[in-house]
Amino acid sequence: MPDMTVPPLPPETMRALLQGMMRVRAFEEAVHDLYQRKLLPGMSPHLSAGQEAVAAGVCLQLRPDDYMVTTHRGHGHSLLKGMDAQRMMAELCSKETGYCHGRGGTMHIASPEVGCLGANGIVGAGLPIAVGAGLSIQYRGTDQVCVAFFGDGASNQGTFHESVNLATARKLPVVFVCENNIYALSTNFARTGATPNVVDRARGYDIPGVTVDGMAVEGVYAATTTALERARSGQGPTLIEAKTYRYYGHGASDHRPYRTKEEEAQWRCSDAIQCYGDLLIERGVATAAERDDLSARAAAEAQAAVDFAVSSPDPDPARVGDYVFA
Amino acid sequence: MTYRDAINAALAEELERDERVFLLGEDVGLFGGAMAVTKGLYERFGERRVQDMPISESAIVGGTLGAVLTGLRPVAEIMFIDFVGVCMDQIVNQIAKVRYMLGGQVEVPLVIRTQGGGGKSYAAQHSQSLEAWFMHTPGLKVVIPSTPADAKGLLKSAIRDNNPVLFIEHKLLYNEKGEVPEGEHLVPLGQARVVREGSGLTIATYSRMVGLVQQAAEGLAAEGTEVEIVDLRTLTPLDEETMFASVRKTGRFLAVEEGHLTAGVGAELVARVTKNCFDYLDGPPERVAAQDRPIPCAPALEKATLPQVEDILTAARALVG
Repeated sequence: MPDMTVPPLPPETMRALLQGMMRVRAFEEAVHDLYQRKLLPGMSPHLSAGQEAVAAGVCLQLRPDDYMVTTHRGHGHSLLKGMDAQRMMAELCSKETGYCHGRGGTMHIASPEVGCLGANGIVGAGLPIAVGAGLSIQYRGTDQVCVAFFGDGASNQGTFHESVNLATARKLPVVFVCENNIYALSTNFARTGATPNVVDRARGYDIPGVTVDGMAVEGVYAATTTALERARSGQGPTLIEAKTYRYYGHGASDHRPYRTKEEEAQWRCSDAIQCYGDLLIERGVATAAERDDLSARAAAEAQAAVDFAVSSPDPDPARVGDYVFA
Repeated sequence: MTYRDAINAALAEELERDERVFLLGEDVGLFGGAMAVTKGLYERFGERRVQDMPISESAIVGGTLGAVLTGLRPVAEIMFIDFVGVCMDQIVNQIAKVRYMLGGQVEVPLVIRTQGGGGKSYAAQHSQSLEAWFMHTPGLKVVIPSTPADAKGLLKSAIRDNNPVLFIEHKLLYNEKGEVPEGEHLVPLGQARVVREGSGLTIATYSRMVGLVQQAAEGLAAEGTEVEIVDLRTLTPLDEETMFASVRKTGRFLAVEEGHLTAGVGAELVARVTKNCFDYLDGPPERVAAQDRPIPCAPALEKATLPQVEDILTAARALVG
C-alpha cells in the first residue's frame, strides 16, 4: 500500500482530481448514450466508467512531455493526458474531424503530440511500445516517463513478461499500471492467474509492486508519484495494480451474465467520484455547490463533444487511400 | 566487397550520419550478430547505439515502434525471418497499420532487418522465405536485395525512408562478393533492375534466385533463348512497369522465387502480368517456387524442395517450346 505519511495534497490538486474523474465519467456516459442511439459505427465501445480514479490519479500528474500508452479501454487515460474531448468524440463517431480522420475509431485513439502514443485493439500489445518509448527516453537522456496502462487480462500475455523484463533489465523509465477490473471480457482473473494478484509478479522481476484501491484516487495518486520519481531518477520501473471495476460490460453491448447485480451494486457503493466528492466536502476543500459546478462543467464538455462530433462531416471516401505510406 | 560487409558498411554510415539511428537485436552488439553482419559496430559506436536485447522479439519489434513515436529511427535485427511468428502482432497489427489508423499523425521510420532462405540444411524453422506474408500486409515496405551493391544502397534508402521497411537478407548471399560503388550509394526503393537483357523470355525474381536464374539463362542462351532477367529488389513498392515493359517485349513470363508456390509472390506477379500484358503474351505465364511442404533438413530432401537451376531450365524450356 502507498506510504500514508505523504503530506496531504494541495486543495487545488484535490479539486482537479475530482474534476478529472467527472470529466471521464461524463465523457463515457455520453459515449454510451451515442452507442444506444446508434450514432457510433462499429464495435461497441469499451467504457471505463467506474475506473476513473486510476485515470485521474495517474494521468493528471504526468507532464505534457511524458508518454502514455493505453488499452482498448482508454478514453479516460487519453482525455486526462491532454487529448481534446471534441476530437476524441468525433473519432469515436468516425468523423473527418476526429484525431484519426475516422480511420481509427474507439480503439485507436492517439495523439503523439500530447504524449498519447495510442490505445490498442490487441490486448497486451501496447506494453512493448511503452518499453520502446522508455528505450527512447534513456537513449535521448531526458527525464521523461512513459506510463503503460494494461489490464488483468493483458498480464497473461507474453508481451507482459517481455516488456517488464526488458524495462527492468535496462532500468527504463516506464511505470506499469495494471487496472485490474477482475474480468478479462467474461473470465475472472481468479480462474486464469497463477497468483491471486497481478502485482505478485513484481517479485519475479525484483521491482516494487504496489497495490492500490482503484476506487480511491488519492491512493492511486500517491503510488504514482513514488513510481514516477523512481522512474525519472533512473531506478527503473514500478508495477502498480489498481483494484477497480468497470460499471458497464466489456463492451457496451455486454450484458454481464458472468457477474451478479449484487456485486455490481456493492462496487458502486465505493464509487470513486461520489466518495471523493463527499470527502472533499467533509474536508472543507469544496462546497456542495462547487461539486455541482464541476459536475455541470464536465457534462457541458461532454455535450459539446457530442454536438461537435454529430455535426462533423464524414470522411471523404475519395481520400480513403491517404495515410497508408508517408 | 561481400554482401555481409556491404550491409555492415551501410549500417555504419547511417549510424555515423544520423544520431537518431540506432541498432537493436539479439547478439548484435558484443557478439557482432549471429550472421556477423554487425561486427565491429558495437566497438565503434558503443552500447547506446548498438543495443543487445533479450530474446524477446515482441519487445524488440514493438520497442522500435515506441522509439519511432518518440523521435528515433531504429534498425532492429530479427535473427531469422522464421522468428517473425512470435512478433507478428507488432509487425502486422501495430507497425504496418499505425500511420493509417492514426490518420497520418505519425511517420514510422523504422527498419526490421532479417534474413531468410534455405540451402544450409537448417530445417523447417530456420530456412523459410516468408516475404509473401508481408507483401500481403499494406503499410509495410519489403526490400530483398540480391547483390552487395543493392544490399548497401537499398539498406541506406530503407533507413532514410519514413515508412516501416522489412529488409530481408539471404543467408547464402552473405559471402557473395560484388562491386559496390565508392562513397554515398543509394538505391531507391521501388525500382527493379534489369540484370540481363533478352527478347525470348522474361524472368522476374529476387534475392538468391537471381543467381540461379542467371545460371539458367546461360544454359538457355546456348539453346538459343535470350532471357531478360528482372531483379525486383523491392516487393513493396513493386516496380510493375519494368516487368510489364519486359513482358511486352518478350511475350513470355516466368516468376522465380524461393518461397512456397501457393499464394506466393509469383502468384501475384503472374496475376498482374496476365491482367496488364494479356495481349502481348504468347502463352500462359508460369511459376517456379518451393514445393508446398516444410523445408526438410537432409540436404537431398532440401534440394528436392527448394527451386534449383534445373527447375528453372525446365520451366523456361516449356514456355519457349
